Amino acid sequence: MMLMKRRDFLKMGAATGAMASMYGCAAGNKAGGHVVVVGGGFGGATVAKYLRMWSEGGVQVTLIERNPTFISCPISNLVVGGLKDMADITVSYDNLKNKWGVRVIQDDVLGVDTAKRTVTLAKGGNLSYDRIVLSPGVDFMYDQVPGLNNAAAQEKIVHAWKAGSQTVTLRRQLESMKDGGVYAISIPKAPYRCPPGPYERACLVAAYFKANKPKSKVVILDANEDIQSKKPLFLKAWNDLYKDMIEYRNNSDVKDVDVANTTALTEFDKFKADVLNVIPPHRAGNIAAKAGLDLVNNRWVSVNWLSMESTNTPGVHVIGDAVFPAPTMPKSGHMANQHGKLAAAAILNLLAGQEPNPNPVLMNTCYSFVAEKSVIHVASIHQYDVATKAPQPVKGAGGVSMARNELEAKVAMGWAQNIWADMLA
Amino acid sequence: MKLFAPITALCLMAASGISHAADPNLGRNLAATCANCHGTNGQAVAGSGMDALAGMEKTKTLQKLADFKSGVKPASIMHQIAKGYTDEQLDLIATYYAAQK
Repeated sequence: MMLMKRRDFLKMGAATGAMASMYGCAAGNKAGGHVVVVGGGFGGATVAKYLRMWSEGGVQVTLIERNPTFISCPISNLVVGGLKDMADITVSYDNLKNKWGVRVIQDDVLGVDTAKRTVTLAKGGNLSYDRIVLSPGVDFMYDQVPGLNNAAAQEKIVHAWKAGSQTVTLRRQLESMKDGGVYAISIPKAPYRCPPGPYERACLVAAYFKANKPKSKVVILDANEDIQSKKPLFLKAWNDLYKDMIEYRNNSDVKDVDVANTTALTEFDKFKADVLNVIPPHRAGNIAAKAGLDLVNNRWVSVNWLSMESTNTPGVHVIGDAVFPAPTMPKSGHMANQHGKLAAAAILNLLAGQEPNPNPVLMNTCYSFVAEKSVIHVASIHQYDVATKAPQPVKGAGGVSMARNELEAKVAMGWAQNIWADMLA
Repeated sequence: MKLFAPITALCLMAASGISHAADPNLGRNLAATCANCHGTNGQAVAGSGMDALAGMEKTKTLQKLADFKSGVKPASIMHQIAKGYTDEQLDLIATYYAAQK
């Protein structure tokens, strides 16, 4: 037997649970212990709530989040397009605290000691954990766009690819742009957060121009060879609704910016815009590298798909956009929520001394607005495959909308209400 | 933990006599994949336009899902999603939701 430490004490509690469940092979997880969750977005908020709910309060959960409220990336393009306000995409953490008993700490995490199982908080102090879930989202690789590698430049040329103050800045820039101006959005090479998101944004900015500044143009500078999601549906929307207003340029990788002249520099060309919206390449949130986790291409965290546990660091689970994706798996809020549930179920089993579920299923739906009342979707279902040790998309399932339609504009808002509630209510 | 491995094995053996139940929470976990749209434990947000699945009779849920799969029931998206799950998985999901209040 190991020396008796605090964690062993907790494990004994869990073991007792395993014995109790032996008699009836009962359904409930008799898990105990303390789980720290870093990041309160689609993944982190979900795992925090589900750990508390499924353990019936048996597991203590601390959520560390730097922002005072949750602000949703999905639907934020409607704010950029002037169709929604920030209040419409902002949700409180109060229910996680008061209804679910999650300890929510507004702070930044400086580092994780994965051997001692402690995290260090920016405002001071350490927290110990039995298991930790990192849901840090992405951080931008400004070294890939050197001109943007300072705070002043980042206030002038925004990404607005994390919903928050930059969403508001981009909206203001569009409002103050003259009629006849040019808005340009750059897309990094895949994988990036929310594959259809940039094309949706182009549509909604074009819709705003069409109604208010009809001489203006939208230019998409895509580092990829082609449109990354829902291609025929986006092309049709551009052609039907925004003809001569949206220009798509493939293989246009923005390598740098001339901030003073709001100009994007590609390898052989440059492009001047009135409003320049550069989405730099991104990687797993910085905390993942700091914690020493195994990264694929030095960017995305490699995980065990049965538990979302890091492949090289026991006790550390990683979910959401930070993860190296399984085949065809998008980086989306919906998928992060699904990762959160997979991780919650696995962690409760592990804390109770049981193996994780060997057949997890994940699914994704994503709605994109091509106009105020016109939406297209893409859906996929991913079943765990033993041979590849990864979830694989189910052939013949999932797919896209037959055509853009008004019904799904309502469904998309229903989706948002329900997923926000599933995480935070 | 090693001490308890035989116990787990016993549990698994006992369960293997019953259909689909190595992990007693399979139904719960599968149903949770629907909750993004249909609400936590099938409690959809009131007025959101999404079907609340909590307490829905199992046979009714299964019939709807079968109709989505076969294409009998028109849908915007559920015909594509239903095909992603096995019939056994859909049975577990419908069983779980029928038991929710």
